Amino acid sequence: MSSRVRQWTRDNATELLLFVLWLGSLALGAVISPYFLSVQNLFDMTSQFMELGLMALAMTLVIILGQIDLSVASILALTGVVFGLLQEGGMHAGAAMLLALGLSAALGLFNGWLAVAFRLPALVVTLGTMALYRGAGQILLGDRSTYGFPLWFISVDFRYIPGTPVPYPLVIFCLFALVFFLLLHRTTFGRLVYAIGANQRACRFSGIHVDRIQVAVFTLSGLMAGAAGLMMSSRFASARWDMASGYELDVITTVVLGGTSIFGGRGTIAGTVLALFVIGTLRYAMGLANVLPQNQGVVIGLLLVMAVLLPELWARWRAHSFARAAEGGGLARVKVRERSL
Amino acid sequence: MPEARPGSSVARARDLGLGIALAALVVFSSLTAPQFATAGNLQRIMLDISLLLMVAAGQTMVMLTRNIDLSVGSILGLSGIIVGFYLKDNPETGVLAILSAGVVIGLVLGLVNGVLVAWGRVPAVIATLGTLTVYRGLVFILSGGQQVNPQDIPRHLVAVARPGVLGVPLMVLLAVAVTAAAGLFLRYGRTGRAMYAVGSNPAAARLRGIDADRVILIAYLVTGALSGLAGVLYAARFATVNPASAGTGFELQVIAATVIGGTSVLGGRGGIGGTALGALFLGTVANALAVAGVSGFWQRAVEGFIIVVAVVLDAAVRRAALTGGRGRDV
Repeated sequence: MSSRVRQWTRDNATELLLFVLWLGSLALGAVISPYFLSVQNLFDMTSQFMELGLMALAMTLVIILGQIDLSVASILALTGVVFGLLQEGGMHAGAAMLLALGLSAALGLFNGWLAVAFRLPALVVTLGTMALYRGAGQILLGDRSTYGFPLWFISVDFRYIPGTPVPYPLVIFCLFALVFFLLLHRTTFGRLVYAIGANQRACRFSGIHVDRIQVAVFTLSGLMAGAAGLMMSSRFASARWDMASGYELDVITTVVLGGTSIFGGRGTIAGTVLALFVIGTLRYAMGLANVLPQNQGVVIGLLLVMAVLLPELWARWRAHSFARAAEGGGLARVKVRERSL
Repeated sequence: MPEARPGSSVARARDLGLGIALAALVVFSSLTAPQFATAGNLQRIMLDISLLLMVAAGQTMVMLTRNIDLSVGSILGLSGIIVGFYLKDNPETGVLAILSAGVVIGLVLGLVNGVLVAWGRVPAVIATLGTLTVYRGLVFILSGGQQVNPQDIPRHLVAVARPGVLGVPLMVLLAVAVTAAAGLFLRYGRTGRAMYAVGSNPAAARLRGIDADRVILIAYLVTGALSGLAGVLYAARFATVNPASAGTGFELQVIAATVIGGTSVLGGRGGIGGTALGALFLGTVANALAVAGVSGFWQRAVEGFIIVVAVVLDAAVRRAALTGGRGRDV
């Protein structure tokens, strides 16, 4: 029994560590402000980072695949801009939403197609489209913002499930998190994403449609960035070409902090969701403590580096002590026996 | 060396292609806008790209070793802010001391990157993404959000970016010298050659007795030093260092110049010549757009478009060369 508990602990070490980190950031928030630990505040806080979450869900798949998508924040902005312009031009906002979402999927598809058709690293492709897409938004809208959205569209973060303190962005995110969880962990498609990330060559030789899956994952990434763009436009009741600039880094940080390997083949949706809440809560708590968003970068950046560095050092130290034990040494030998039980 | 031929002829073809594109751009702009082909405008282009040129030379080395440095823009900003605030109280500091200070600050920050990647085994994207945010955070904390103003930058530093010897600013000479030195180092230096070896086949490089960790560390140290130097020169050129804008997004321009120049993000392939052409091309496009009166709003999209087209063409040419135009490789 206890060995099964230990096994479970070992299998979910990342998630457990993140959960502890999250409790820590909640405690930090509680120390900073007496109003932090109210139910309403905790729920309202989540609306600040749900766009990040939507993009991180799809980015998890992208990174498990062994790729990266730097263009998500640009797609977010372009989707918002196009949505704004369409409904400014007299289109019904519902239809404009659908068209904008379609566009975002097409932008993701273009990323995937470029990478696959020319065998290019996604890092390079999306570096280019990151500038291209944001630049397109800048050309379309110039240095103004579009607004005047219908009332039913705006302020999604001020709408709650009736009778509860649960805001709609959180609901939307949870639905998508469930969809992505099922997609990644319960379907053949999800298994193939892991397989390709672990060994693309072997998959190709096994007759798996590697290219098709890669294009599909990038299309998903574009689509989720588009959904995030609509959510942000709703929250701000306006859209600009430069919104969410630099967000791609936060998205990648979230996914990597969640334990997804940048080399592909490893990662979970649960890890990403937990990491999202750690980063979101930490930023919110620091905001309460009057730490400027720009200065918060020091903490987030250190967290990211430590999340990767510490397990590596730990593994190396363990390997080192095992090697010493193998050479023979009283205490170390006892340790080895203990582990083999 | 029969194996070397297809690769090098591809490299030559793409450098030639980029050169032709650049020449076409210059001819077209000179014909349509009389103020393009003037000595003053040429100097403006060179001033605009000298920071890019220097840092991209370092980035080329890092990318040759199959790594990447995303933190260059933040190093530039941090070095500019630290030196700028020091100059506020010590305006008498000599130019050489100022430039050295930038280099030393950059070396320290590059050392952190190099240690994380080479010794800590943190993937380069993650390590330098982390230091990008940490260094930028330090810029804000150290400056308290205040910018360094023109009256705080001593005149003898600003002179570095003004016409000097034979009308050429010292800054441009410095950039050209750095580029040339980096090119020679990569072509003939033992460590320079080792960078190609480490990036193209790490296992084989290790068997050859190359200390890959040391080579990677050196690449990060060089890039850090050049980015730190660029931070001080940024202060000289613009006479202001703003914590939010100094060097923000610069890493993307640097990587763009390197990638357009044909250096592979997968390591082992490329060189300084291509990078210099890439930087020159990006700088000329930006300048030509401005001279032609195209709205500044177009610049970002055009830059992105160029990156996409350049890498796609590169891939297409390479595949055609490798397969003799017969189709796809596995």
